[in-house]
Amino acid sequence: ESYGLGREATPDEVAAWDIDVRPDGLGLPEGSGTVSDGEEIYMERCAVCHGDFGEAVGRWPVLAGGQDTLTSARPVKTIGSYWPYLSTVWDYVHRAMPFGDAQSLSNDETYALTAYLMYLNDLVDEDFELTKENFTEIRLPNEENFYPDDRLESAVWKNRTPCMTNCKPEVKITARAAVIDVTPDDPTAAHPTGEGTETKAETAEPATEAATEVASAPAVDPALVEKGEKVFKKCKACHAVGEGAKHKIGPHLNDVFGRTAGTADGFKKYSKDMVKAGEEGLVWTEETMAAFLAKPKAMIKRTKMAFAGLKKEDDLNAVIAYLKAMPE
Amino acid sequence: AGDPAITEVQPWANQLGEGVDVAPYGMPSKYEAHVRRRDVPWLTADPVSSVNFTPLHELDGVITPNGLCFERHHGGTADIDPAKYRLMINGLVEKELVFTLQDLKRFPRQNRAYFLECAANSGMEWRGAQLNGCQFTHGMIHNVIYTGVSLRTILEQAGVKTNGKWVMPEGADASAMTRSIPIEKALDDCLVAFAMNGEALRPEQGYPVRLVVPGWEGNMWVKWLRRIEVGDMPWHHREETSKYTDLMANGKARRFTWEMDAKSVITNPSPQAPITHGKGHTIITGVAWSGRGTIKEVHVTTDGGRNWHQARIDGPSWDKSMHRFYYEFDWDGSPLLLQSRAVDSTGYVQPTKNELRAVRGENSIYHNNGIQTWHINEKGEAENVEIS
Repeated sequence: ESYGLGREATPDEVAAWDIDVRPDGLGLPEGSGTVSDGEEIYMERCAVCHGDFGEAVGRWPVLAGGQDTLTSARPVKTIGSYWPYLSTVWDYVHRAMPFGDAQSLSNDETYALTAYLMYLNDLVDEDFELTKENFTEIRLPNEENFYPDDRLESAVWKNRTPCMTNCKPEVKITARAAVIDVTPDDPTAAHPTGEGTETKAETAEPATEAATEVASAPAVDPALVEKGEKVFKKCKACHAVGEGAKHKIGPHLNDVFGRTAGTADGFKKYSKDMVKAGEEGLVWTEETMAAFLAKPKAMIKRTKMAFAGLKKEDDLNAVIAYLKAMPE
Repeated sequence: AGDPAITEVQPWANQLGEGVDVAPYGMPSKYEAHVRRRDVPWLTADPVSSVNFTPLHELDGVITPNGLCFERHHGGTADIDPAKYRLMINGLVEKELVFTLQDLKRFPRQNRAYFLECAANSGMEWRGAQLNGCQFTHGMIHNVIYTGVSLRTILEQAGVKTNGKWVMPEGADASAMTRSIPIEKALDDCLVAFAMNGEALRPEQGYPVRLVVPGWEGNMWVKWLRRIEVGDMPWHHREETSKYTDLMANGKARRFTWEMDAKSVITNPSPQAPITHGKGHTIITGVAWSGRGTIKEVHVTTDGGRNWHQARIDGPSWDKSMHRFYYEFDWDGSPLLLQSRAVDSTGYVQPTKNELRAVRGENSIYHNNGIQTWHINEKGEAENVEIS
């Protein structure tokens, strides 16, 4: 039944949103990129989370290696070891990466990054160029190892009559969660949870916490601060600010004004250039911060901050107002 | 003599309370402040792409309150202005269409209760008992009454071409979530929903519009839904290749494991909710659900599965919706090994964890519907354990 609702989409509208790519190449745009171009983009935009060689920083996804681990107790599922189709890499990088700055990569940049990720996985040589034309010739090594859901044929599916009485002779406890003790503590719990005896068994590292928004009473324009909070979304993937903020990929930004560059307490991931700038006397003020945020790499050449810069002066002023309104 | 709670005049009986409009959008009692979603910080790299858990041990009945529905985001909560909301239908259709939110609300509406369970619910328990609390072992689930439009109705407006065999819903958030869904399911019971439990969707649940894919893994219920493309084959995007595929012990992987198998868990007592009243009449309660239909029976054991008892299911028994069960008994104060076992309308019996591991190994992360065991000691404290 037709309800006469909605309207026809224009070709431009469909083109703006329909950017997905399939294994058979449907949706791939014109373009190309080389491994070496990809390396440059990767180092600037991706390595901060995924590591220089795709090995990952902290709990961020590992992108390379892991071949021959899929049957081990700790499988490492990477593009090279697990992903069935290269189109998935292109599609995902293009639509959702870099984390916190999605859909900022051009088609050629995406081809180049995909080529570099293939290189990191030993799938191509360093002089390889990926193009729309050669894309669908490429097969990833694990493609054949996927098969459709077959649960209905598995042993746990077959109709069973559940036993109700005298089902087994004796029962022993074989494992206890309290021994592992990875359950987060709950300060507000109505009842205490089990006490543990050992430390975490997982390889997991504690993740950093989200910035808590804190209302203070600064002598600034609240509307500007509010706008700055929105602008700060661009920064949130790497920086925390506010009460209890901790270092993430980048240092926390509490009390950043007045601080010498490259000296946030306990932050160890500064670039050499940033530390040097601090040693040469760079202190964060409204002026120096505005200059840095406008074009980070123009001020600190090899800063690890993977951010192109804020183009609009309004955004700059707003985010600085927001940072200044954060607790001392 | 007597209970001072009775014999003494209490402040709330003597003094006036707050008037209306003190909280124009009401909040729970301050004594319930511990009832909240919680996360496991070591699980993920960043809270923007993470998960928190429904406090199942604090709830009763079958409906999850909106503010306690677990959250799973891949790029944070999108903040969408409803005036700028658009839904596009494109691909293998007669007419590519755009709808506003107001357009969607002019189609015939349906109200349906469905559970949404993340495929990774209980995923941290594959290698053994790990987390102490049903909130953490089973809390990636919620059960909500949705109001929305049948996806079939929406697709019919565009006219699916005969070679349209798959649809791909896409989210408007910074992760641009996409999944491939076969057209049979899309035309069966999926909803394009804009309300939950009677009010607008919460931002963290996809405001203003999300997809509802009854009985199927939660990742497919795309939030902040902005586009549905019709195609002739699946897209094999990140969340259906790199993620949400089940790695087996032999290194091969199952894909397109959409349905959530029958599962149950005892929510009280459990590690976060011990028995505090000592021996005597005791209520064991929990929830059960199946992505393939309704729950026909739930069995409860207090002796680690040597003997089982029929639990009483109370409340609505809706298709692909959560069921509430109770088992009441006279506790003598001796240690217990508690388990529940669900049987769904297809006759499927919830397996033990070891039965699952025999087929699946320990690396598959997703679709762990094995039977959960709580050990209750003499003091009534509960612990997550595994038994022979």
